[in-house]
Amino acid sequence: MSQQTHAAATHLPWQERLRATPLTRIVARIAIAALAVFVLLWVLVLADEAAVKEPRVFLRVLLLGLTLAGLFFVVASGFTLIFGLMRVVNMAHGSLYLLGGYFAFDLQQRLGGGSSVSTLGFSSAETSFWDWFLPLIAASFAVGVIGLVMQQVFLRWNQGQELRQALITIAISVILADQMLAHYGGLAEELTPPTSWPTSVNVGVDFGFFRLVVLASAIAIGIGLFLGIHRSRVGMIVRAGVDDRAMVSALGINIQLVFAGAFFVGSFLAGFGGVLGGTMISLDKGNDTAFLLNSLIVVIIGGMGSLGGAAIGALALGLVDAFSDIYLPAEWSNYSILLTFVLLIAVLAVRPLGLFGRPA
Amino acid sequence: MRLERPQLFRLGVAAGVLLFLFLAPLIFTDYQYGVLGTKILWLGIVAASLIFLAGYGGMVSLAQTALFGIAGFVVANLVVFTGWSEWPAVAVGILIATSVGLLFGLIASRSVGIYFLMITLAFAVIVFYFFAQVTKFSGFGGVNNVSAPGLIGNPRQDPAPLYYAALVVSVLVYFGIRYLVRTPFGLALQGIRDEPTRMRALGFNVHLHRTLAFGVGAFIASLAGVLSVWYNSQISPGSIDVSRTIDVLVIAVVGGLFRLEGAWIGALVFTVLDDQLRGETTRFNTVIGIVFLVIVLLSPGGLVGIFGRVTEGVRRITRTRSGGSGEPPQAALDEP
Repeated sequence: MSQQTHAAATHLPWQERLRATPLTRIVARIAIAALAVFVLLWVLVLADEAAVKEPRVFLRVLLLGLTLAGLFFVVASGFTLIFGLMRVVNMAHGSLYLLGGYFAFDLQQRLGGGSSVSTLGFSSAETSFWDWFLPLIAASFAVGVIGLVMQQVFLRWNQGQELRQALITIAISVILADQMLAHYGGLAEELTPPTSWPTSVNVGVDFGFFRLVVLASAIAIGIGLFLGIHRSRVGMIVRAGVDDRAMVSALGINIQLVFAGAFFVGSFLAGFGGVLGGTMISLDKGNDTAFLLNSLIVVIIGGMGSLGGAAIGALALGLVDAFSDIYLPAEWSNYSILLTFVLLIAVLAVRPLGLFGRPA
Repeated sequence: MRLERPQLFRLGVAAGVLLFLFLAPLIFTDYQYGVLGTKILWLGIVAASLIFLAGYGGMVSLAQTALFGIAGFVVANLVVFTGWSEWPAVAVGILIATSVGLLFGLIASRSVGIYFLMITLAFAVIVFYFFAQVTKFSGFGGVNNVSAPGLIGNPRQDPAPLYYAALVVSVLVYFGIRYLVRTPFGLALQGIRDEPTRMRALGFNVHLHRTLAFGVGAFIASLAGVLSVWYNSQISPGSIDVSRTIDVLVIAVVGGLFRLEGAWIGALVFTVLDDQLRGETTRFNTVIGIVFLVIVLLSPGGLVGIFGRVTEGVRRITRTRSGGSGEPPQAALDEP
């Protein structure tokens, strides 16, 4: 019912739609737009001033924001994939992220690659490409399998009960967080990238090479997912499943197999993100919460279940994060988390389902 | 007014429980009632604010700990850093937390179900990071040595006044919610929980009702925030981090997400388990996570739900008939 009215509303010419919207909402939209323009101007003026003085700082911050957005996208794309197809909000997604990082760290230590950089402060051992790449693939695969088991054992027989599924994944995240704390302790760990790779490259400024690798992987994953979903037969089934699960299974397609596959891929991406994040930043006990929050904000902004939305949301969050750290006046820089909040409010005030969200 | 037998039975149980709680300081040791009992009461109040929103408004909010923390931090700041006396600080703390709650409600209440859960979780984490980053408000490692008003005194020397304060607030919250859900506002709220589209068609402002309900929830949570600051005589960002948020959710779900009594029953189970297990194992969270998982998988109604099923079975055997009441449906966890 509401779906029909919504669909009808989107086909009205814009004047009609404007007339159909209550006055308060129009006022709210104008206020938000004004606020956005103000913020944009303010940042541009500030950035311009800084760009004149220090164009390199601006470029560096832009790159920091983009690479951060890349990492956010890798993690959030798995989250949104699972939600889009199955309506499961996987609250353990952050735990899977951290688990992936820790698995890879363990494996790298065993392969004799990385050294405990975080504790000693320097790295002496050589790390070959395979000492980094093998843990990346193995850990992501292991996390994918864990996600798959989680879905098969706990979630499959609760299909359609969204709240219950969310609570189940919260319980699993509590258990996983505690077990990870028991096994890996509360100290920050770090994965070592291959020593054959340069530490930094010159792209106008000297910039961390690995961060660019993260950005490139994010773009590759984004394109891969897009092509997979929009150009392949499996993707066609997935898209059909998003729209009408019952109809797809009535056509003789084993939708349970598709669900299992999606859960595997979504968890795989969480683990993959964990390894990238563990190499780019570090692995610490609070990371599961932090990346659950990041994924939540990315998909709330972009719209649950939308890949393009996840990309836009990740960009917004990454850029806001990076720029607010540098361009806020010093006495305000502690308040940068509030900007994320403002971003969230601004989007939700205009679009309660996110920028690309569709009613379920 | 003639009372039916089940009603009389319930009144008797309520009176008995109240008498027992009132006499608890005489029965139990200082540690049992002053440290555990008081904690159960204020944890129960936070959980009750969640159960009120979930059970009667259909809004499972994870922001209750954040609102609780805002009240606590405001009180602690005003008393310790600004040097206000205790009661005005309490009033301002509750006022600010309720206002923030109304703002949160305004934003989140246009979303429903699982979206609401996620948005409120995002709020909770943002408030946590805010206090973790802004050391001007949270001190370094928390605001310490927050004194309670003279009426409460120092809970470490004499725990009784704070226990009774928490008990009185708990009783007021319990009966306050029971009253509120029978007012026209509360009835409309339950209507909106079940049939938002029809309620809108009947001319109710769905958005406003949900926002106001969220404000009420924030008010209740802020009461617990004030009590907890007096109880701990300090508050730190760690008091409102995500694991605390999940603790409150665990308490509400273990007790029974759709029954008000469940709040304090869940808090009782949680606190006693915590107390008993901390000495035995360092992996308390794993145990509580497993308990939580088992409850969610096996009994959506929580412990109160199990109790309800047992009494239902007994009732069926003894063939005592009872009419329906205004209680929220047990199957609400299985919503579409």
